[in-house]
Amino acid sequence: MTIFVIQILNSFFYAAVLFLIAAGLSLIYGVMRIVNLAHGALYALGAYVSAWIVGSAIGHALEGNLGLAGVLLLLPLGAIAVAAVGALIEPTLLRPLYRRSEEYHLLVTFGLLMILEDVMKLLFGRTPLSAGAIMDRMGSIPVGRLMYPTYNLFVVAVGIAAAIGLWAFIYRTKFGVILRATSQDRRMAAALGINVSRVYVQAFAIGCFLAGLGGAVVVPAQAAVLGLGIEVLILAFVVVVIGGLGSLQGALVGALIVAFVRTAGIQFFPEIELAVLYLIAAAVLLVRPTGLFGRA
Amino acid sequence: MTMVMAVPAGTSIWRITIGSAIVLVILAILPQLVDPYQTVLLTYGLIMAIAALGFNLLLGYTGLLSFGHSAYFGAGAYLVAFIMRDFGAHSMELCIVGGMLGTLIIAAILGFVCVRHTRIFFGILTLALSQVLWSLAFKFFWVTGGTDGIRVPHANLTLLGGLVDFKGAGSFQRFIYAYYYYVLALFAVSTIILWVITHSPFGKALQAIRDNETRARFVGISVRRYRWIAFMISGTFTGLAGILWVPLNGLTTPDILYWPFSGEIVFMTVLGGFRSFTGPIVGAMAFNYLKTYAIASTEYWQLLLGVVLVILVMALPAGIVGTTARLAAKLGRSTK
Repeated sequence: MTIFVIQILNSFFYAAVLFLIAAGLSLIYGVMRIVNLAHGALYALGAYVSAWIVGSAIGHALEGNLGLAGVLLLLPLGAIAVAAVGALIEPTLLRPLYRRSEEYHLLVTFGLLMILEDVMKLLFGRTPLSAGAIMDRMGSIPVGRLMYPTYNLFVVAVGIAAAIGLWAFIYRTKFGVILRATSQDRRMAAALGINVSRVYVQAFAIGCFLAGLGGAVVVPAQAAVLGLGIEVLILAFVVVVIGGLGSLQGALVGALIVAFVRTAGIQFFPEIELAVLYLIAAAVLLVRPTGLFGRA
Repeated sequence: MTMVMAVPAGTSIWRITIGSAIVLVILAILPQLVDPYQTVLLTYGLIMAIAALGFNLLLGYTGLLSFGHSAYFGAGAYLVAFIMRDFGAHSMELCIVGGMLGTLIIAAILGFVCVRHTRIFFGILTLALSQVLWSLAFKFFWVTGGTDGIRVPHANLTLLGGLVDFKGAGSFQRFIYAYYYYVLALFAVSTIILWVITHSPFGKALQAIRDNETRARFVGISVRRYRWIAFMISGTFTGLAGILWVPLNGLTTPDILYWPFSGEIVFMTVLGGFRSFTGPIVGAMAFNYLKTYAIASTEYWQLLLGVVLVILVMALPAGIVGTTARLAAKLGRSTK
């Protein structure tokens, strides 16, 4: 029974991280119709930057002044750095390509992925970086006869907060209205006086921020390694394909489905756990091309 | 979108034949002039050219961007490894026939699913299904060797039904020399077959589908079936490239099934220019040299290749062949 509860908690932890990544991917596709192959690399960048900041903060014995809450507040700096990178990428690399066919979108973001992978190698070296100190400091709470890391529950809380925050942002603020209007009809939005270019930069930066936040919250639990982003991108794809590209609810439901199937898979059918996920994505694309929550 | 055809309608078949014959003769003489290392590089280039040509039947001629062609390349390579290890076969011809049949079946199954979609969904679907194969190769380590892969020693191989073998002294030297001509011959045959396919009524129908699906359907082309057939041909030729690649590499690992390798196939095709028949050949050869020298000269070769790709997409979307053709046309006009 205890194992069962722990597996469920693990699934929620995993779903929270996947949701952050997939929501960013979906937001970017929803607004500018770009499938960003570099999205996983941006997630990895967030993980590296956060681990590096936390690592140097602890290394300089600042911990005494900062305290645990202070170190936790350092984590989102990685996400902010990724958002800044995104705000640079959109106007320089993506803006000239909106009129061209989507093959070029895939290619340019694939090139970006190659560049980012090596930039991370250049900046952070080949040794994995981790912010495990945070996880150790937060301790664990008893679940039945076993102990469960408190930090994982914190990540679940971040995921829930991000989901509510994003929903409120997109459906309850003026910027959200502008974002949705631009996503539905770019030309009409421009005709109504919306600065579409600025909305695009902002949307891309928010998408990148979410990817970076995913990396930032995962790095105390799991070290940042080279190739991290390549692996996670396909899982994020599976999430958005199941949920529907461009849909926020879809990203949430998709992340939960993928997380639970993966946890069950590792438990019951470890050899084909990944294959099952990809096959589910393929099946959803066949039966409902727009995903569970997508619009045509 | 501007169309740059490498072969303008007016060009006579003789000019193409003579041009290709000259290129073939040069390729046949080259190993006599360069050192063995260059011969190996050239062989890799020719193999990747077959993969890119096959891939371009979908991208350039049918208008479908597959981000999962690593599946067929990898399937070919793994099938050869299985045939040699589990059936104890030595004949390369047997490996080619078995490997191509196997890849054809895989391409037929995956293609049947994938051609139900176009554009971005086609890309994601091909990507997801190719990763099914990758995860199987990765996880079923007692069959596939996992990340260690399977060794395919060239010394166990015979060419031309056992006429040429590589036992005894100087095995590797003899192998790379003989294998170059073997690959060159298959490259020539593949190029001719694909040229005929793209210039046949079937190829014209594919181009009609690419340019306007609705009109193609109105003139009676069964769009989905044509796409499916193109998918199978494309996958099988990319599979052939994987089959030829594995004895030269000596090892097959899940890396060639992983999706960034699909990206490389797309990269080389676009580098050469996917709007022309010869573009993928030039692109694959150029990419092969570019990657080899980038890896040799810097630890950060991915960065270098990434920058090349971004510049290519931003500034030269027609690729090497397309851009050269345009420049040549401009020069021709100014001299008249």
